[in-house]
Amino acid sequence: MTTNSLTTSRGAGRAGDKVFSGATLAAGCLILAVLFGVALFLVIQAIPALVAPSADIQGGHGFFAYIAPIVVGTLIAAVIALVIAAPIAVGVALFISHYAPRRLASGLGYVVDLLAAIPSVVYGAWGAAFLAPQISPAYGWLASNMGWLPIFQGPASATGKTILTAGIVLSVMVLPIITSLSREIFLQTPKLHEEAALALGATRWEMIKMAVLPFGRPGIVSAIMLGLGRALGETMAVALVLSSGVLTASLIQTGNQTIAAEIALNFPEASGLKVSTLIAAGLVLFIITLAVNMIARWIISRHKEFSGAN
Amino acid sequence: MSKRIDVKDLNVYYGSFLAVEGVNINIEAKSVTAFIGPSGCGKSTFLRTLNRMHEVIPGARVEGEVLLDGDNLYGPGVDPVAVRTQVGMVFQRPNPFPTMSIRDNVLAGVKLNNKRISKGAADTLVEKSLRGANLWNEVKDRLDKPGSGLSGGQQQRLCIARAIAVEPQVILMDEPCSALDPISTLAVEDLINELKDEYTVVIVTHNMQQAARVSDRTAFFNIAGTGKPGKLIEFADTTTIFNNPSQKATEDYVSGRFG
Repeated sequence: MTTNSLTTSRGAGRAGDKVFSGATLAAGCLILAVLFGVALFLVIQAIPALVAPSADIQGGHGFFAYIAPIVVGTLIAAVIALVIAAPIAVGVALFISHYAPRRLASGLGYVVDLLAAIPSVVYGAWGAAFLAPQISPAYGWLASNMGWLPIFQGPASATGKTILTAGIVLSVMVLPIITSLSREIFLQTPKLHEEAALALGATRWEMIKMAVLPFGRPGIVSAIMLGLGRALGETMAVALVLSSGVLTASLIQTGNQTIAAEIALNFPEASGLKVSTLIAAGLVLFIITLAVNMIARWIISRHKEFSGAN
Repeated sequence: MSKRIDVKDLNVYYGSFLAVEGVNINIEAKSVTAFIGPSGCGKSTFLRTLNRMHEVIPGARVEGEVLLDGDNLYGPGVDPVAVRTQVGMVFQRPNPFPTMSIRDNVLAGVKLNNKRISKGAADTLVEKSLRGANLWNEVKDRLDKPGSGLSGGQQQRLCIARAIAVEPQVILMDEPCSALDPISTLAVEDLINELKDEYTVVIVTHNMQQAARVSDRTAFFNIAGTGKPGKLIEFADTTTIFNNPSQKATEDYVSGRFG
């Protein structure tokens, strides 16, 4: 009888392999299960609001009429936050990674990371108690000088507690996320590519345009999308800063509302169908965030051939 | 379209560490000059001082003069960016920009400084540069594909095409074949032979046969020991360096009795 010597193996090493692969599989499945569980909960709890007669929903015109303005309000606040934060964050990240002297760079990096450590309720309190009163004269100026633009139409809010203020506070909150992710990406730019650009006679800025930004583009998109996710879902800061109301085009009047703040402000006193309505609003927010992430992935994968990963 | 380089008493420092000491060398226009020597002897460091690329490393600085047809690269008010448009460089590992197509890679240097170039002129330049790098026939049907999809040897020739597209006076090559297989190496060596009709070429190589094959003049660098500065030991015609060197250290190195 001959035995194949290759069939015998070290038992212990195999067991370790199995345990490890089992553990990673379980971790992967757990994420899916949690995501699915949350989605299922949201759908089941939201159904009563979705099928209820229009008159029973808050506002009296059905769920869609209720949710549409606050969806728009959420998007407005998030877009304001990103329009302000994204360029600043990318600029700060570039400064830290490619311009600043090394000691200043690490110090600045710490400070930016500290911004992320401030609780959102603190941001909210700061926005409501400090930023809003300080900024309201600027709104008055905008209303009288740029009032012909629908977004700056007067009369400006006297308290300054507007969607624009909320957006500015959100931008400060998403700034550290986008900055630290972008910085990490920029630091990973291969030296080879930077030197290739410099050797062609590129200035520092041209080198950044040629080598750093194209290499970092997928990372910047992901960072901005993560920031968008935070801006969309941020509750406390908006709830404290924004004096909410009906949907208005003007960013400097009182009005508008975001989904997260709407849920937070109304949930404690809600009961029955009202709870369902708020959970359905949460479901809508969930879908928006999911869509944002999928679009981000699609944008990244569209240029995979040129990503440098191959 | 080529200039000579004269180096006078050049010391290169990394911070307070003297990496290369007292180099004097005269590199003729339209010739191929090879730098050989053991690892760590400072030949790559010295090569980089010829287009101020050593300044990418924090703390690196030089003393002495590098004259490009009489103009000191380290004179007051000289912009390293302007130096590098005259003295191009090809690196050890092929480094085409991964996010750019083959065509855009060739045009990368030309489009710098906001220079506008018409599509027709760009097409002509792309073809001329790729032909100059012996790459045109292999890539002419896929100019819009990413440069990173090419083989290593093709990528390196693409980098050479990118370097010659800006019409430099001098091309520096830092071990351009060390990451390539023998066939690709041969293709690049053939190319170097053609390049010297128009450009001054300086090449660092670990491969002594390569130095013997491609260069007109050869410089041998050596280092006395760890922590000591690298020095230029001997600079002469390539045949002299390999057959009849005047220094014992050179003879030991080229005959393989060293390192």
